[in-house]
Amino acid sequence: MSQVVIQTENEVTKKNRPLKKLLSKFGPLIGLVLLSSVLTLLSDKFLTVNNIMNIARQSTINALLAIGMLLPILTAGIDLSVGSVLAISVMFMGIVSVNLGMSPIVGILVCLLMGAGFGWLNGILLTKLRLPHPFISTLGTMNIARGIALIVTAAAPIAGFPYMIQFLGREFVGPIPVSFLLVIVVYVIFHIFLTRTQTGRYIYAIGGNPEAARLSGINVDRVLIIVYTISGLMAGLAGLVMVGRVNSAFPLAGLSYELDAIAAVIIGGASFLGGVGTVWGTLIGALIIAVLRNGLNLLNVSADFQMTVIGAVIIAAVYVDVLRQRKSKKS
Amino acid sequence: MIAHAENLLEMKGIKKSFHQNHVLKGIDLDVKAGEVHVLLGENGAGKSTLIKILTGAYQKDAGEIYWEGQLAQLHTPVDAIKLGIATIYQELNVIPHLKVYENIFLGRELKKKGKMSLLDRKAMLEEAKRCLQMLGQSPDLADQKLGDLGIGQQQLVEIAKALALEAKLIIMDEPTSSLSAKEVEQLYNCVEQLKAKGIAIVFISHRLEEIKRLGDRITILRDGFKIETLPVKTTDPDYWIELMVGRTLDEKFPKQTFPLGKEGFRVENIEVAGAPGPVSFSVRYGEIVGIAGLVGAGRTELARAIFGADPSRNGKIFIDGKEVKIKSPRDAIDAGIAFITEDRKGEGLLLDQKLDFNIVMANMKKFKKKSRLIDLKGIREEAQRFIKELKVRPDNIDLNARNLSGGNQQKVVIAKWLCTHAKVFIFDEPTRGIDVGAKVEVYRLMNQLVVNGAIVIMISSELPEILGMCDRVLVMSEGKITADLPIQEATQERIMKAATGV
Ligand SMILES: Nc1ncnc2c1ncn2[C@@H]1O[C@H](COP(=O)(O)OP(=O)(O)OP(=O)(O)O)[C@@H](O)[C@H]1O
Ligand SMILES: [Mg+2]
Repeated sequence: MSQVVIQTENEVTKKNRPLKKLLSKFGPLIGLVLLSSVLTLLSDKFLTVNNIMNIARQSTINALLAIGMLLPILTAGIDLSVGSVLAISVMFMGIVSVNLGMSPIVGILVCLLMGAGFGWLNGILLTKLRLPHPFISTLGTMNIARGIALIVTAAAPIAGFPYMIQFLGREFVGPIPVSFLLVIVVYVIFHIFLTRTQTGRYIYAIGGNPEAARLSGINVDRVLIIVYTISGLMAGLAGLVMVGRVNSAFPLAGLSYELDAIAAVIIGGASFLGGVGTVWGTLIGALIIAVLRNGLNLLNVSADFQMTVIGAVIIAAVYVDVLRQRKSKKS
Repeated sequence: MIAHAENLLEMKGIKKSFHQNHVLKGIDLDVKAGEVHVLLGENGAGKSTLIKILTGAYQKDAGEIYWEGQLAQLHTPVDAIKLGIATIYQELNVIPHLKVYENIFLGRELKKKGKMSLLDRKAMLEEAKRCLQMLGQSPDLADQKLGDLGIGQQQLVEIAKALALEAKLIIMDEPTSSLSAKEVEQLYNCVEQLKAKGIAIVFISHRLEEIKRLGDRITILRDGFKIETLPVKTTDPDYWIELMVGRTLDEKFPKQTFPLGKEGFRVENIEVAGAPGPVSFSVRYGEIVGIAGLVGAGRTELARAIFGADPSRNGKIFIDGKEVKIKSPRDAIDAGIAFITEDRKGEGLLLDQKLDFNIVMANMKKFKKKSRLIDLKGIREEAQRFIKELKVRPDNIDLNARNLSGGNQQKVVIAKWLCTHAKVFIFDEPTRGIDVGAKVEVYRLMNQLVVNGAIVIMISSELPEILGMCDRVLVMSEGKITADLPIQEATQERIMKAATGV
């Protein structure tokens, strides 16, 4: 009676397994390729060296914000303040290096430190004041930073930055924008940080199960402070690139950029529940958004429509991910 | 294939694979109304998987399910509920901040007739009270907040929910593993009553005594196959184990006695959450000290206090006569203390991370290279070693912890702490949810730790394992140590007496 094997007709075919695996690993990349193929068909201007470099350049600011945003999201948090922190960072850089005429190096340092400082503040608010969720602390600092950015120059923009400050956002190496090379370098560093360092691995641990992390001897507060500080630092760096691109700092810079950054991270396959997400996915996510905006521009789609389309893409991308996970759970 | 009408449920040739892992290779199971049908098998044998197919949580790859003689399609949990199949999962599916009756009617609230969609609170309360009474519970429970109840009562609420659904089959997956002795007793009574009402129960358990007590028939699974279905009353548990592991198990408790050394670990006047006064005890090299007591006696709280898991408490801790300052789990780990927590999902594992990372998580420092990068290859090798040593199945370190069976997850938690190479090991219910064979492995491992010069403390609610493995037994009751017995003097009666404080 034992060990009878009964064959029935609805035996599943297992041939498509590797394909499925590939799909789940490279889902966002496949999305990017499909999107690019469609755009190539729709517009002959899309697949040109010029345009590709254009996309690369346009993606950089969001790519830098997004990679910073990945960290809080990995810990099941969020950083709503990055757009405003970008603004306050560039305003202070303007004050220091244009209005006060100090060395551009000081300006750059002020810009980066301002970003990191606000990020650190977010971390402190979260871990020391024990505000219940970073949504709240960063919503607060988002308004504070934007407010200060408006106050310090009475809402006036600052222009005429020295070349050194503009270098990152403005220069090219051959056809390749320096800012995109910067993105590549930053992403490689983040990849190593997240996969090969203790703190990086702890970030995943905290997102996956904070209590297990704590009982494993991980100093959760310290890691969270690092996470938000880095996110702020990346906002400062994105600001530096932006100033190079437009040669001016204005207090409404980066308005609602946090949303594109969050979108890139989520499209790239990270989970809002924490613990899941990769640098590689985030890069693809940022590129998808850039390609989408560029393509819609080439097709002369108005800005209002672009917003609608990008909203739909976010929902579609996450839904595909949900389906994928449901499948892999059931399979 | 024809289903037999006298069977409430018949599963035939059920197959299920997860990627390359063929978990069920053609399982037959039949369940009659009014019987308690036990499923027994090693960790990872596929018991929970079979159950999840029955409840519509997973889809089978092949096979048929007959319900009351009719071919049934179970695509979603709702399909199963409609047929009258209710499940009490090991992790409770209740909402703590809702009232008990609201939980019982969650998702199918009663509405007042004619008044659009206003809820009929009174009818729900009445019905909830009736169901609770059927289980021998006070009807007043119905109006209480669920989160205020103990785990055992919460579980009974789940059963009441099944009754309210008029379930004909109730599945219980290791229902007693986190209950106190009293709650277990309540649950047993409740199972008897359900049976008397003609409700069938599928019962998964690794506890042989309770199988013997409650079961009518037992189906034994091994390597994805059904080995046998036997009557419980007339067969010997040793025979079940033989069928389950495929060989005879020579000893349940591989106790070894070692020469007693000097004192290695001492706790002096430590403040414990919820305890009336400070607690002190000490452990010598060469002995395994058990901490017995009822669930809720403060044993886990004592361990947490030692480990610095709760905000700083007064008290001194000495290792080898030297005081160690412990303010956080990090300090405890640095001092050489490992705390193998009881709640593997809540406190032990990163469910969405691979096994290797789970295993080295508490000792990542060790794998930091001069460049400050971590040594991924070293981590994999170390993890692989532990997986082999503890016989984790499947032995693939690239799996996420979520995809292991409950017992194998427990082994991963143990591996994590072994990996810290600590001096003092505090095991909290280390064999909860693991099969008889794996238990022996864990006991052997404790012996090995003692041989290697570690201090081993085991908190356990299972008296047989305390009596079988320890050299000395501390008994706790209401936050106090009420007895300190060398094993020769530790009898079941004396321990129970000290544990209940009578
Ligand atoms: N969602 C899943 N994805 C991949 N593998 C899975 C999944 N669920 C279960 N498995 C695998 O299926 C096998 C059987 O697991 P199952 O949980 O049914 O075991 P079990 O008999 O209930 O064991 P235990 O006594 O430890 O609870 C295991 O090898 C497990 O790793
Ligand atoms: Mg199980």
